[in-house]
Amino acid sequence: MRNEANYDPSRFSYYVTDAFYGELVDDFSDWQTEDRAIEDPTERDLFRRLVEQEARILDNLLFEDWLKLFTPECAYWVPSTPDHGDPRREIAVMFDDRRRLEDRVYRLRTGYAWSQAPSSRTCRLVANVEVFRGRTDSGEKRMVRSNFIISEFWDSEIRTLCGWTGHRFRKFDGQWMISAKQVNLINCDQCIRNPSIIL
Amino acid sequence: MTTLERMRIPPRVGNAPVYDWDELVQEDRVHRLIYTDPTVFDAEMTQIFGGTWVYLAHESQIPNANDFITGKLGLRPLIITRDSEGVIRALFNRCAHRGTTLCRWHKGNARSFQCPYHGWNFANSGKLRGVPWPEGYAEKLTRDPKFNLAQLPRVESYRGFIFGTLNVSAPSLENHLGPIKKPIDEWLDRNPGGKVTVCEANRFKYKGNWKLAYDNSGDGYHVIYSHQSLLETENRFKDENTAKGMSYYKQKPDEQPMYIQYMGNGHHFKDKRPNLEKRPGSLWAIESLHPGMEHVAEKLRARFGDKAESLLDLAGSEPVNINVFPNLSLLGNHIQVFQPVSYEETDAIWYGTKIDDVDGSIGEEVLNDINALRMRTQEGFPNFGEVDDITNFEQIQRGLRCVEDEWIYMHRGLGIPNRIKTLDDGTIKGPATDELFMREYIREWKRLMKAAPDIAIRREP
Repeated sequence: MRNEANYDPSRFSYYVTDAFYGELVDDFSDWQTEDRAIEDPTERDLFRRLVEQEARILDNLLFEDWLKLFTPECAYWVPSTPDHGDPRREIAVMFDDRRRLEDRVYRLRTGYAWSQAPSSRTCRLVANVEVFRGRTDSGEKRMVRSNFIISEFWDSEIRTLCGWTGHRFRKFDGQWMISAKQVNLINCDQCIRNPSIIL
Repeated sequence: MTTLERMRIPPRVGNAPVYDWDELVQEDRVHRLIYTDPTVFDAEMTQIFGGTWVYLAHESQIPNANDFITGKLGLRPLIITRDSEGVIRALFNRCAHRGTTLCRWHKGNARSFQCPYHGWNFANSGKLRGVPWPEGYAEKLTRDPKFNLAQLPRVESYRGFIFGTLNVSAPSLENHLGPIKKPIDEWLDRNPGGKVTVCEANRFKYKGNWKLAYDNSGDGYHVIYSHQSLLETENRFKDENTAKGMSYYKQKPDEQPMYIQYMGNGHHFKDKRPNLEKRPGSLWAIESLHPGMEHVAEKLRARFGDKAESLLDLAGSEPVNINVFPNLSLLGNHIQVFQPVSYEETDAIWYGTKIDDVDGSIGEEVLNDINALRMRTQEGFPNFGEVDDITNFEQIQRGLRCVEDEWIYMHRGLGIPNRIKTLDDGTIKGPATDELFMREYIREWKRLMKAAPDIAIRREP
């Protein structure tokens, strides 16, 4: 049974509740939020640097370091429909909590993940970074929207994956960390060849 | 009253036997050409994806009158619709005038379809309703059936699964399914009301022949190699007291109660359920670790006690592979569809399913919890298993470029006394890693490639 006082979300999944899903869907449902736009250039630059840093870490296949960018209770979500839907009622391309995110990295490190043997080489461009205060907890939550192009080289071919990302950052122990990342591929509802890299 | 129409000028390849099929498909092996030759593929699009029943869609994707989705029969674009009268039809998505794609949307609700090119308008029964400036035609177009949309002459459903064929002399769908109906029934009947509802999909594409996926669909031999990363990941916590997922493949899989069974007409069935204890919760116990599972499990156990286990099993992945030739596979809780694109390209679509609270006995909150969990369990294999399979399919297609190395083997289990048994109903049963299902289905493939199906389209009168 759950030890209420202290449990490890890397090992047990107690936090993925209906309320967790509900907040996630609400936070990512509306980006026409000019009234919450962060205009301070220093703060905008801080978040721009954070998403660029994340892209660099992933391009360098430093998945363990990438996991450290996330809060202990987090979500990584690649919807299967352009309007992102509700992950409680429809299948996502990917929907990971902390433990499954670590599963994802563990699998890639087994040496038997044939879809990533050898690993893809990627080159990520991140742009159009916009920063907004959270719908709730405005002091402790930031929503960051950015566009991406990933060029992926695998098995003698280069292909392009593109779309936009929503990052939800939360202040955790005084640091801004990713509490949810939603990756919206522009072809998320189409058949995708070897979708095995971390987006 | 219907109007059937047969081809006057068949394509050059058409039904012509481009090869001696008996040479290409032998008892223990098949020739690489059946995967690599575009003319074989072209012939398949008529002989298989035309000549026999092909899965088109699930009724829950078009629940209401005038709902439609677009789909394919082989390469033929279709609009699959429940028309204004409630009749399910598979219309060619092609204007009767100049051939334009009529409907470009994946799904929707429409009483009629208007061609974007010249504005011809068709009811969702397929009947031409009107054209712009009709006085420019010598005859009244809406009176001539030949201007109604072409549609499949045969569309039948089995318990929500919609199939279609162009072969007007095909047996009834129920006869064609035959013994595979029983596992389909059991797969459905474990869900409330004996039904499921489709809820989006994990969609894959691979650069390989469609048969590579069907070859794999009952293959128990590849599991511990192709899916080693999955098995290791699922079992990475050493404090778990149950081996998770398909761990039962690790130890002498052929000596375990699971089995593969050929069910006739190209269909086959991999049944892993006998490996599990027959009790509520046994399915849930081997489920690998998914987002939210401890939260939901403890909530339901606190509320329902022992009865929670049966509810949790509804989120668990049913350990079967029910493969309906040529393009449907029910596995776990998925409805997987193989969609050929070319001789070396295939789409594999894993539709997710959710359950319904048919009689109000589950309640909204529990239903939502179970379905949310069921979404997460269904994302597991596509993410951590299927990606490795489709990579191997692509690498096979590449290997088959070695023209002089002609043969692909499927003889595992062949010639070993007492390994394979033919049962009274004609089905054939063998150990889990046996390739008997490949040998049998490809024999059916060969029969169909040699056959002369009575191919026709239909138009409303």
